[in-house]
Amino acid sequence: MFGLSRGDLLLWLFVLLLVLAAPILLNPFPESSALAQFNGGYPDLMQRFLIFGIFAIGFNILFGLTGYLSFGHAAFLGAGSYAAVWMLKLLTINVIPAIIVSTLVAGILSLIIGYISLRRSGIYFSILTLAFAQMSFAAAASVGFVTQFTGGETGLQTALNDPRILDTASTTGNIPAPSLFGLEMRDSFQWSVGDWLWTFNAGYYVCGFVMMVAFYIAIRITRSPFGMMLKAVKSNNERLSYTGINPKPYTLAAFVISGMYAGLAGGLMVAMDPLAGVERMQWTASGEVVLMTILGGVGTLIGPIFGAGLIKYFENIFSKINESLLHQWFAFLPDGVEDFFVAVIYPFVGKGWHLTLGLSFMLVVIFLPGGMVGGLTSLYRRIFKKSKQAN
Amino acid sequence: MGSALEVRGVNKRFGGLQALNDVNLTVEEGRIHAIIGPNGAGKSTLLNCFVGRLKPDSGTVMFHGQNLLGILPYQVNQVGVSRVFQTPEIFADLTVLENVMIPALAHRDGIFEMNAMKPLLKETDIRKKAVDVLEDIGLHDKLDMTASSMSRGDKRRLEMAMGLVQEPKLLLLDEPTAGMSRADTNNTIEVLKHISKSRAITMIIIEHDMHVVFTLADRISVLAQGTVIVEDQPENIKGNKKVQEAYLGGAH
Repeated sequence: MFGLSRGDLLLWLFVLLLVLAAPILLNPFPESSALAQFNGGYPDLMQRFLIFGIFAIGFNILFGLTGYLSFGHAAFLGAGSYAAVWMLKLLTINVIPAIIVSTLVAGILSLIIGYISLRRSGIYFSILTLAFAQMSFAAAASVGFVTQFTGGETGLQTALNDPRILDTASTTGNIPAPSLFGLEMRDSFQWSVGDWLWTFNAGYYVCGFVMMVAFYIAIRITRSPFGMMLKAVKSNNERLSYTGINPKPYTLAAFVISGMYAGLAGGLMVAMDPLAGVERMQWTASGEVVLMTILGGVGTLIGPIFGAGLIKYFENIFSKINESLLHQWFAFLPDGVEDFFVAVIYPFVGKGWHLTLGLSFMLVVIFLPGGMVGGLTSLYRRIFKKSKQAN
Repeated sequence: MGSALEVRGVNKRFGGLQALNDVNLTVEEGRIHAIIGPNGAGKSTLLNCFVGRLKPDSGTVMFHGQNLLGILPYQVNQVGVSRVFQTPEIFADLTVLENVMIPALAHRDGIFEMNAMKPLLKETDIRKKAVDVLEDIGLHDKLDMTASSMSRGDKRRLEMAMGLVQEPKLLLLDEPTAGMSRADTNNTIEVLKHISKSRAITMIIIEHDMHVVFTLADRISVLAQGTVIVEDQPENIKGNKKVQEAYLGGAH
């Protein structure tokens, strides 16, 4: 159905269900319990799960299928963000033009960067993309001509006196918030059941809709003849050319598609929070999406989404744990033992959450080459096989 | 019948080594033409010149009036020349069926087709074509197997299926039976004979196994030290003095 096989459709519906129910699923702990700070079900974080999910799904089309590892996708994320802010400033506060234009602008930029970078493969390709992204970053931050469009170090944001030619002019009141035909992205509906509090946010569901479409397109691409050619590029690029295929347009198309996904993610960030800064183009953002994809499972359909979710959860939840909190948790232990446990765990939480991330990344790369999803699949197969043998 | 491939005055030098020295060759359409010769005679080098892997220093290679020199590998393939490699060059991470569907798609759609929204499942014609060829070659029970997990002999057969599915006008086979058991070799001979007759594909075979050469070939060229020393019918090659000398390395 919808051009998907039964298995893929079930996978898509499974993800849809998770997205719809996430505000409840991610808030499993009652508000007043000590564990409430592990709740991830607040709009800001949930939006980021989905936006970075889109970023990683797109990155996986390039890296997972063709094997070309780009270290410069932050440039497209940033370009998409700037384009979206300009749309909100000049055209309308409605998020739809912002999202569409951010995707297109990132597509054009990725066509240029991809065309040049794809003249090389392997590590040279990665270095070229990194160099382009750093150039974009430097230009956006401090090259006079470019900073007119990017706001330089201060960045861009919407203001009250922006033209917004499609909207009715108003020079009084508050800066209008990004909206979808009047539905403001920051609007939320809260539902409290007993001691639980669930927040259903408009922006989150807009992101959810866009991500489900993006995920659907990614599945279609993966299961198309085009997708098979991309896998062939990864498997044996030279053989492909002796088979009568020119691998270059295939890899370039994959590069542009993944760049457009990155731009879309950047545009959505702005739609949720109408500002863009130069840090979105920094190399750490490029590295982050690589981590997400590998952690979740390179080349798997659903892996990048989980990888993105996991990293964003770590970043926002683990980093909140501080020393006094740890002392609270281990208060039941004798003083000396308590101090010992706190001293051991403390470097891995709070500001040290990167250490935990790094360790888990190492464990995944060494023991689960297929990422979390690859690991789960082989575990499932092993159990399934054993139960079959037992029968 | 006319000639399918005409090779005129091809030279190739690697540093101080004259790998190919004024090679001339005419391959008749619809025939199986074998190129034999001792190790290092330049057989594989010659084949590489046909498919754009190497660029000769001089000479022409005309295929049905089209010069194959100076065009890229995928263009050579699109003209109708498919190559079966000596060491299996397959898409190791993909399934057997996918390995054969890729060249089939290349044959139908050309060097690039932006069909990212078309489900592969709907390519029933391509799938059927691939399955048919795999049936011919005896791999139809391994369609969903990952190519890398196959035996070496099966990989060689998969290679051949990848070439055949494109219905090439000219098929270049680089030692198609190397590393195969006697039974597999005989099976391959049968398959090639059958295909050559039923589909009228011109073939050039490089082969060390004389049994294969003399059973299959309509015509044989003997290459030694980069030059074609004899070109004749199989029955005349067997007794040829020059050929024996070449194989014995000039020892009288």
